[in-house]
Amino acid sequence: MKDHATLAAGFIQDEKRTNWHDETLWFVRQKRDKAAHTLPEWEQLREWASQIKNHALSRMDFYLEQFEKNALANGVKVHWAADAAEHNRIIHAIIKEKGITRIVKSKSMLTEECHLNHYLEEKGIEVVDTDLGERIVQFRKEPPSHIVLPAIHLKKKDVSDTFHTFLHTEKGNNDPVYLTRAARQHLREKFIASELAITGVNFAIAETGGLVVCTNEGNADMGTHAAAVHIACMGFEKLIPKAEHLSVFLRLLARSATGQPVTTYSSHFHKPTPGQELHVVIVDNGRSAILGKPDFRNSLKCIRCAACFNTCPVYRRSGGFSYHTAVAGPIGSILNPNFDPKKYADLLFASSLCGSCSNVCPVKIDIHDQLWKWRQELSKAGHVGFMKKIMMKGMAFVLGRPALYRFSGATARWVLRYMPFLGKHRLNPWYKGRELPEAPKQSFRDWYLQNKKK
Amino acid sequence: MKVGLFIPCYIDQFYPQVGQATLSLLTKLGCEVVFPTDQTCCGQPMANSGFAALSGACDQNFVRNFSGCAYIVGPSGSCVLHVKEHLKDEKQPEAAAHIRSHIYELTEFILDILKTEAIQAFFPYKVGLHNSCHGQRGLGLSSLSERVLPVFSKPERLLGKVKGIQLFKPLRNDECCGFGGTFSVFEEAVSVKMGKDRIARHEANGVDVITGVDMSCLMHLEGILKRQGSRTRVMHIAEILNAEA
Amino acid sequence: MTSRDTILNAIRSNKPQELSLPVIDKEAAITYPDLYAQFKNVLEAIGGECFEAGSEAAALELIAGWEKGETVIQTLNSVPAGLPGRKAEELAEVDTAILRGLLAVAENGAIWVTEKEMGNRLLPFIAQQLIIVVNEEAIVPTLHQAYEKIKVDETGFGVFIAGPSKTADIEQSLVIGAHGPCGMKAVVIRKH
Repeated sequence: MKDHATLAAGFIQDEKRTNWHDETLWFVRQKRDKAAHTLPEWEQLREWASQIKNHALSRMDFYLEQFEKNALANGVKVHWAADAAEHNRIIHAIIKEKGITRIVKSKSMLTEECHLNHYLEEKGIEVVDTDLGERIVQFRKEPPSHIVLPAIHLKKKDVSDTFHTFLHTEKGNNDPVYLTRAARQHLREKFIASELAITGVNFAIAETGGLVVCTNEGNADMGTHAAAVHIACMGFEKLIPKAEHLSVFLRLLARSATGQPVTTYSSHFHKPTPGQELHVVIVDNGRSAILGKPDFRNSLKCIRCAACFNTCPVYRRSGGFSYHTAVAGPIGSILNPNFDPKKYADLLFASSLCGSCSNVCPVKIDIHDQLWKWRQELSKAGHVGFMKKIMMKGMAFVLGRPALYRFSGATARWVLRYMPFLGKHRLNPWYKGRELPEAPKQSFRDWYLQNKKK
Repeated sequence: MKVGLFIPCYIDQFYPQVGQATLSLLTKLGCEVVFPTDQTCCGQPMANSGFAALSGACDQNFVRNFSGCAYIVGPSGSCVLHVKEHLKDEKQPEAAAHIRSHIYELTEFILDILKTEAIQAFFPYKVGLHNSCHGQRGLGLSSLSERVLPVFSKPERLLGKVKGIQLFKPLRNDECCGFGGTFSVFEEAVSVKMGKDRIARHEANGVDVITGVDMSCLMHLEGILKRQGSRTRVMHIAEILNAEA
Repeated sequence: MTSRDTILNAIRSNKPQELSLPVIDKEAAITYPDLYAQFKNVLEAIGGECFEAGSEAAALELIAGWEKGETVIQTLNSVPAGLPGRKAEELAEVDTAILRGLLAVAENGAIWVTEKEMGNRLLPFIAQQLIIVVNEEAIVPTLHQAYEKIKVDETGFGVFIAGPSKTADIEQSLVIGAHGPCGMKAVVIRKH
C-alpha cells in the first residue's frame, strides 16, 4: 500500500488543483476564525467543553448505565457492540427481522469506521447515503475525503459528470443550484419510500437518555421521521452528562466546523413516535482501550468538527485520500494508530508538528503532542518495517558525502545521520525541490575558538 | 548577567554568521556570554522521528555543557522548545530541570529577561517576518491566529525598534512553512509545496528579506528561493537586530 | 459475558481517576443590547427572513398576505385532525408549514420547536416553506439561557431550527434548500 508521503506527492502533481483545494479549505478555516471571534468567551467555552468531556470519560461507565436506563424508559431499544463486526451484525439483524429493503443513512463517521455500507452490500442490501456530499462520493464509489465536507476533493464539473451518469442531469450543467435540486428530487423519493433510517449521533445525554443529531441539510430528520425504524449509531464517547452541557458543545461545533453560528437543525430525539422504533447501538471498537492510555485518551473528546482538517497545512495540500482511512486529517492520524499502528504509522509523520490543530480544537485535544508521543510509541513497539524505511530514506542521501568530514566529533555523527542536506543528488529528497545551504569555510565553533576564546 | 550561548548544530555548521550576530547582540545588551565548546545537538531530529529514547547521550552532553549557566539562550525557537520540553538527565535531574526552566529563545530573552527594547540597529529594507511554529505556538513568542486572545508578537516588537525597516505581514500570517525537521525529507512534496506557498505570500508584499527566529525554517525557504532564482534573501532576526549602519 | 458487560468492565478498569465537572458560569457569555435585532441579523445572515408583528392577529394577517402555495398546514393554535398519523408520501405535497416556536436564540438565529407544536415530526422538514411564529419575550441571548428554559425531554422530539435547509457540498457553494425547506420565515410578535 502507498504511504501518505507517496499519495500526497501524487496529489500535489496537479498544482493548480492543489491550490484550489488548499484555498477552499483555508476559506473554511477563515470562516471559523470569524465565528470564534464573535464570542469573547471562546477560550472559556473550549475549556468548559474539554473539562466536561474529561469528566464524562472519567465516569463513562456510570453515564452509560444512566443513559441506558433512561433511554429504555423512553422506549428506546439499546444495543451494545464490542467491535465493528458486532455493530454491523446488530444492524443487519434488525434489517433481516423486519424484511427491510429500503434504507437511508445520514452522515455517521462511525458507520464509515465500521464499513457498514460495504458489509450490507455484501449481503445484497443497499444503503442510500443522503448527505449530499456523501451521496456524490457514494455514486463515485469513493469514501468521503473529509468528515464534514465529504466531497471537498471534487469540483463542480466532477459532480455534474457524476450526476449526469446517475441522475441523468444535463451534461455540462455545472450550476450548484441545479445539481443540488436534482439531488433533492432524487433523495426525496428515497426518503419517502424508506423503511429504515440510520443516523450517527453528535451527542447523547445521560440524564435524559436522549440523542442529538446535527445537520444543515435536514437529511437526518427527513430520514428518521419518514421511516418506521430509526437506528442511531454512536461510539460511547458521544455521551455527555446533562442537557445543559449541550449549550457549550452546540456553541462550539458549527462555529468550529464551518463558521456557522449553529447547524440549521439540532434535533433532540428522546422517544419514538407511536408505531415507530428507535434503536441506539453503543459501540466500543477499541475506544475502551484508548481510554486506558493516559497519553492518548483525550483523543476521545473529539466532536468530529474537522476544524483540525481545515487548518492543517498538510491536509489542505494532500487531500483526504492520502490518509487512506475513513477519518483523515490530524485527528485521524492520532485515532487510526490505535486500530492498527503498523498500517497507519505513516500518518504520524504526515505533520510538520506546527500545532495549529491543537489550537483550533474546540475540545482542546493536544493533537500535535499526541503525534509526537505516538512516534515514540511506534519506535518502541518496533514497527521496524516502517521505521526502517524512514531510516533508509535518510541513509540514501547521506552516503558518500565528503563535505560531511568537515564536521567533527559527535556533531558529525548526529548531523550525518539526521540532517544530511549534503549532496546534489536526485535521490536526496531535500535537493529535489530545494537548493542546499552553502557550507561556509568555518563553523561558528571554529570562528569562536579562533577569535573569541580567551 | 552570565549567559550560555546555545548554537544549534546546523547553525554552527551552515550559518556561523547567525551565531556571531547572536553573540554580538547579547554582548551589546550587556550580557557576559560564554559558548560551551563541547555542545552538539539538542536531539530534536531523533526525537521528532520517534527516537527520543535514543537521545540520552545527547541530553547528558547538553547538561554537561550548560549546567553552570544562569541562563541559556539560543537563536532557534524550535531547538529551545525541544530542550524545554524534553531534556532529561537521570544522573543530574536538578541540573536538567534548571536548564529546562532557564533556556530562552533570543527574542523572548531580550524582552522577558533583559527587559530591554534598546535595539540600536539600522536595516533599511522591506522585511517579512516568518512566524516559526515552535517559537510561536510552542514558546508563545506571539499570539496565534487560532486563538481568541490578545494580539502580540515579541519578534515584531523588536523588529519595530530597528531604524529604516519596513515590516510586512503576509496573508495567512502564521501558517507553517513546511520545514518540520525530518518532515522536510519524509514528506518532501508537501514540505516544498508549503514552502513555495509561504514564499509566494511574502513575495506578494515585495519584501527584500524574509526573517524569523528559526534558521531551520529559513534554511528551507532559502533552498526554495534559490531554486526559483529569486532575489529575496533570508536572514535570521539576530542578524537584523545586530545590523549597523 | 454480554458485550454490554465487556464494554463496561473495560471502561471501569481503563478510565482515569474522576475529574470534576466545570461550573458553567452563564454570566461569562456574551450579551446583546437588543436581542431582537441580534436575532434578526443572524437569521438573515444564515438565509432566513425575519418579520415583526405587533400582535398575534397582526402576525396572522401578515402571513395571510404571503404566497404560500396550494397545500398549507398550520398548527399555531391546534393540530389538524389526522396530522400526527400522516405518512411521508401524504406530507410530500405540503407547500408551507406554519408552526409556533417556543423559544428563540439571539446568538444563532435558532428557534426551538417540539413535536407538540409540529403535530407531525416530519412537517417542518418536508414542507417546501416554513414559517415559525415566536414571541419577542421568548428570545434569549445564547444557548446557555435556552437550555435553562427548555426541557429537552418534555416531548419525544424537539429541534432547534436555524434558517432554511442548506448545503455547500458542491465546491463550497452555498445552496439554500437541500432536503428540507427552501425558505424559512420567522415572525416575531413584538407587543411594545
